[in-house]
Amino acid sequence: MNAAVEAQSMAYDELHGADGTIHPAYRAYTEWLAEVPPEMLQQKRLEADLLFRRLGITFAVYGDESGVERAIPFDIIPRIISAKAWDTVGKGCIQRVKALNMFLHDVYHNQDIVRAGIIPEEQILSNPAYRPEMKGIDLPGNVYAHVAGVDVVKVSDEEFYVLEDNLRTPSGVSYMLENRRMMMRLFPDLFSKIQVAPVEHYSDMLLKSLQAVAPASSSSMPVAVLLTPGAFNSAYFEHAFLAQQMGIELVEGQDLFVKNAVVFMRTTEGPQRVDVIYRRLDDDFLDPLAFRSDSMLGVAGLLSAYKAGNVTLANAIGTGVADDKSTYVYVPEMIRFYLSEEPILSNVPTFRLSRPDDLCYVLANLPELVVKEVQGSGGYGMLVGPKSSEQEIEEFRKKILANPNNYIAQPTLALSTCPTLVDEGIAPRHVDLRPYVITGQEVSVVPGGLTRVALREGSLVVNSSQGGGTKDTWVLEADAC
Amino acid sequence: MLSRTAEHLFWMARHIERAENMARMLDVTFRMRLLPSSINQPIEPWAQPWAVPLITTGTASAYYALYKELNADNVLEFMVSNPENPSSITNCLKHARENARTVRGTITSEMWESLNSTWMEYGNPGPEILETTRLGEYFEHVKQRSHMFRGVTVGTALRDESFFFTRLGTFLERADNTARILDVKYHILLPTPQDVGGAQDHYQWGSLLRSVSAFEAYRKIYRDTIHPRKVAELLILRRDMPRSLRHCATEIYSMLSRILGNTGHEALRKAGDLNARLEFGRIEDIFATGLHEYLIDFLDRTGELGAEIHQEFFASTELEMRLA
Repeated sequence: MNAAVEAQSMAYDELHGADGTIHPAYRAYTEWLAEVPPEMLQQKRLEADLLFRRLGITFAVYGDESGVERAIPFDIIPRIISAKAWDTVGKGCIQRVKALNMFLHDVYHNQDIVRAGIIPEEQILSNPAYRPEMKGIDLPGNVYAHVAGVDVVKVSDEEFYVLEDNLRTPSGVSYMLENRRMMMRLFPDLFSKIQVAPVEHYSDMLLKSLQAVAPASSSSMPVAVLLTPGAFNSAYFEHAFLAQQMGIELVEGQDLFVKNAVVFMRTTEGPQRVDVIYRRLDDDFLDPLAFRSDSMLGVAGLLSAYKAGNVTLANAIGTGVADDKSTYVYVPEMIRFYLSEEPILSNVPTFRLSRPDDLCYVLANLPELVVKEVQGSGGYGMLVGPKSSEQEIEEFRKKILANPNNYIAQPTLALSTCPTLVDEGIAPRHVDLRPYVITGQEVSVVPGGLTRVALREGSLVVNSSQGGGTKDTWVLEADAC
Repeated sequence: MLSRTAEHLFWMARHIERAENMARMLDVTFRMRLLPSSINQPIEPWAQPWAVPLITTGTASAYYALYKELNADNVLEFMVSNPENPSSITNCLKHARENARTVRGTITSEMWESLNSTWMEYGNPGPEILETTRLGEYFEHVKQRSHMFRGVTVGTALRDESFFFTRLGTFLERADNTARILDVKYHILLPTPQDVGGAQDHYQWGSLLRSVSAFEAYRKIYRDTIHPRKVAELLILRRDMPRSLRHCATEIYSMLSRILGNTGHEALRKAGDLNARLEFGRIEDIFATGLHEYLIDFLDRTGELGAEIHQEFFASTELEMRLA
């Protein structure tokens, strides 16, 4: 049996559940499905593709010379999650993000967690995402990760594992919103049959949270903006979409300037003060005076305004110290330490290659493991052992040996499978899930999130840059008895 | 509104309007070719029919850098789809769409979809579009899509600054285009203002009117054969003629006066001046000055107005300096 088949056969199938019968969450949907002609589905699939293109819901692929933009493949079969399972995931994500925000505050203040001996000091200080500039700065509400994307995988009827936390500038939420809109347009009849928890209020929640963390010195109607790297960024569609949904300005670095440690935007009526910046630009590029001096995307002097407490950045600078893959292993401990609670969601067992024992084990078992760069994202710079040739494994071995601290490894996790419409008909494909957690005055999450699906048979890589697609994620309002 | 956003809106509108005007101008030139050669006989040796679009858009030197020979196929290729020509129809559609994409959060989704689908369907037509049997249809589509965009804008956009800047772009571009078309055609058609009449005049002047959708309007208003002076009056001074200079200037002034705030005083003054000249202008005086001189002066003024708009709204550094 080859590895791909094995990975798939081991994986939990969301449609058939553990015992092989149709999972209750999918029952109403499959009943509907049995009654529609198969050509209608293919027809709707084409319609969706056409609509996405006309709407210009696209992303750019870096390094792809041919086309500037591509439409992300959209699968018209929803991924359905029972109300009960969601209850666990939603609460688990909220718990996790609460602890991570407390950890970030601690990292840049007393470092109690280091004093308590739970996390070694060098884990924090030697982390490239640690920002000494943030030391001692107090942020409104002590919030660092205002928007967090927690990637989870379903491993059984009720159980989810957390794959990673995204606390920098997590993207994809526009697809969650557009996918729902698309489904309601394509299958209005389904929504009258099945009660699906709505997600459209995400942008209201986000705006409310951004306003709640405005600096004390701002007016009673704080001005929030969304800072984008520009129209050529791969996620530009999302930036424009969110700014429009929230009714805030979509700005580029060149639209902002800092005077007397206050941020202004250049408007047709002259300068206007800015209080909150929802930035979709990495730390490194924010301020050429403080970070990368070659950044053309940032705003000179932004850090000085930030330090003076005259502007709020969401997310804060330096959140990367809490979401990289070497910090990930400590998150369950953080939850116990800061919240005195037991983690609701489990981590995937993770080997840290900085530890000699772990390194030894991993090098001996590369063909069975997934190895990731500690700082990597987007599915780049990772090795999926079971899917790689001997030569690829050997090349990766050299990279690991050159800098073991830069890697972690995990067992090839059997991402669950969901029914997906492919050329041959409906077939199981691997999926993950990214719920979006928003922190302002309170911590909240909209039901569901973004489901990414690996469209190639047997593939475990769901990233859109690597041939992944998306699905609408349905959380049922109430479970059928 | 962000200065940069205003600038993108302005150029979005200018480019789609320019695409339409290109299509109009090429369409009538192309149709003229279908008439017998006696009609197409140039009055002046430089005024070959296919030189007209180049002279009008000021792209003759760019053209000769790319092509040796002046002929229909080359000019059409250059003006319709050549990527080297910044004003080619496909480039205009592309720029309109790129500007729209940048401000897609500011415009209505219908406006964005209209420009995006126009670009997807007509932005990269392929060489076969230049075939005689298909070209007319292509021009028709481009014109219709521009109409659709304007209609969608008027029908969906909130009447706020984004609307005003969009409309400002539309009418500034249109004023510029109408003045250019009139100037060049007039030059070619009327070396001496006394020459009137004949089949050639009918078709030539008729084509000028058609290129700005004014043929039917002319008949309706003047109920007469086509006289050059009346054509000029219609396209310069008539307020009720939507592509006339007067109509454009009135719209420009109205848009600028609705853009609130403490900027733009000089732009508003210039627009008011431009409008007043047209409002109280007389066709006799225009011809006494010389139509060509009059139109060149008009083009200079709209150019200055454009520069002023840029200075005051899009690059408003002056106010930043005043910030304590």
